[in-house]
Amino acid sequence: MANVPVHEWTLLEAARRVREKEISSRELTGVLLARIEALDSKVHAYITVLPEAAAAQAAACDEEQAKGALRGPFHGVPIGLKDIFCTRGVRTTCGSRILHDFIPPYDARVTEKVLAAGAVLPGKHNMDEFAMGSSTETSFFGPTRNPWDLSRIPGGSSGGTAAAVAAAMCFAGVGTDTGGSIRQPASLCGVVGVKPTYGRVSRYGMVAFASSLDQGGPIARTVADAAALLGVIAGYDRRDSTCVDIPVPDYLAAVERPVKGLRVGLPKEYYEGDGLSPEVRAAVENALKALTDQGATVVEVSLPHTSFALSTYYLIAPAEASSNLARYDGVRYGYRAEGASGLIEMMSRTRAEGFGDEVKRRIMIGTYALSAGYYDAFYGKAQKVRTLIRADFTKVFEAADVLLTPTAPTPAFRLGEKTGDPLAMYLSDIYTIPCNLAGIPGISVPCGFSAEGLPIGAQLLSKSFREETLFTAAGAVERALPLRRVAPLEG
Amino acid sequence: MAITREEVLHVARLARLSVTEAEAERLREQLSAILDYVKQLDRLDTRDVVPTSHAIETGTPFRDDLVEPFGDREAILANAPDRQNDCFRVPRIIED
Repeated sequence: MANVPVHEWTLLEAARRVREKEISSRELTGVLLARIEALDSKVHAYITVLPEAAAAQAAACDEEQAKGALRGPFHGVPIGLKDIFCTRGVRTTCGSRILHDFIPPYDARVTEKVLAAGAVLPGKHNMDEFAMGSSTETSFFGPTRNPWDLSRIPGGSSGGTAAAVAAAMCFAGVGTDTGGSIRQPASLCGVVGVKPTYGRVSRYGMVAFASSLDQGGPIARTVADAAALLGVIAGYDRRDSTCVDIPVPDYLAAVERPVKGLRVGLPKEYYEGDGLSPEVRAAVENALKALTDQGATVVEVSLPHTSFALSTYYLIAPAEASSNLARYDGVRYGYRAEGASGLIEMMSRTRAEGFGDEVKRRIMIGTYALSAGYYDAFYGKAQKVRTLIRADFTKVFEAADVLLTPTAPTPAFRLGEKTGDPLAMYLSDIYTIPCNLAGIPGISVPCGFSAEGLPIGAQLLSKSFREETLFTAAGAVERALPLRRVAPLEG
Repeated sequence: MAITREEVLHVARLARLSVTEAEAERLREQLSAILDYVKQLDRLDTRDVVPTSHAIETGTPFRDDLVEPFGDREAILANAPDRQNDCFRVPRIIED
């Protein structure tokens, strides 16, 4: 490891070296802040960088350690957060003009947990506005670029987090996933991303998009780092009434377990159709070979309602969003339009000026789908189809322990390529959306590169609360396919 | 499934979004395309299917209805676009 530059250390390696006093938190944090300073003007992974606050946190960590106290497993190590997690006293924008100056008076549960584990916060990551997008191009603060090719998008909506991790501008980060927003950018940036089971991680203080689908989860450069970080952020929180009160297992211990006898299901619907790029198909086959070479068995399975998932999602998510985003009215916080003569005009103009096109489009679809005369035909119908999609998974997990699929149909596309066609953009989430509708967990693990050198990820899905199985399978893929995780990007 | 300009304006009013003429036309086209796509769900017979509103069934969690004071009142009020003392100030509510 001697030749590995400091910024390329894994999260666990960095934490161990601080713990064993091989490096101070101040030095470690300084290296990362210098890297952000040198590279982020190109990548734009951060909406807010916190050099002074991070340096002060690092100094405090060092002082405490000198007195013999460690805050937690990530003592003194910089971990970034998607700008959707409230941070007390630190601007939290959710990528939107309407929250461009919002200073939360409290921390999200994820923020509390990451800080209590000893992490230093280098800044807040860029994202699609209100997490609505698959490319980070809908951010009010401008797009993030893919560190593997700056002319391409990093995926979204947690594109800033995935790009920051791939560019080694943080040791790991926490994103959110409503329809693929952790797994798809992880795949496109060549890193590991986990969407935990719905209810595994508290949503308290996480700006709401679609409440029955949203879930926070780790993005990291190795499976072990992601497992360790999920172990920290998972767990019960009474302030989120959908958070499930069951023990958090030792995820890290699952990473090295053998896969011999593991039943890997290949859902045929995910491999049909001409949307899947041949390069992605070939890379996912490498992941399958990695698993079977280590003794896993293969079963062909079917999820017959897969082709209805995108429609179901694009009714349920906007309906929930239109309701959640009703709170942005210019009264208590955030942007307010100037010069309105009355309250309704103020609210209508605040929302027209404060939200971007994609957010408005989804508010409109959602409001329409919930409105009198259309509720049963659209929203009610989608909720019923959601039941069928869940039932498909329940049945399939009798025959398989994990499902292996592509994470995204293609490698990263170019900036601007899909911004004019909302439906084309939505199709990039076609393999990740069913998981959110079913509430089950999923992981994206790197499995290859395209001929142009763009990363490709494989998705693994399991039963609810079986994240350990995902870490075991992803660990086996990672050991067999040791791929470069840090993008070759120099200041 | 084409939706009309009037429907777009009605939904925009419900959603408290002021839209320009050009935006209304663009939204009409885009919403029509999206609604066309999602109409594929009608191909499924769901008469006997129970709707899903939560992915994980956990039941309704109950707690005591107790007031918990929030410590930092000023941090909340400091976010107000317009305030007067400890109140959020808004434009005229009763319009002509």
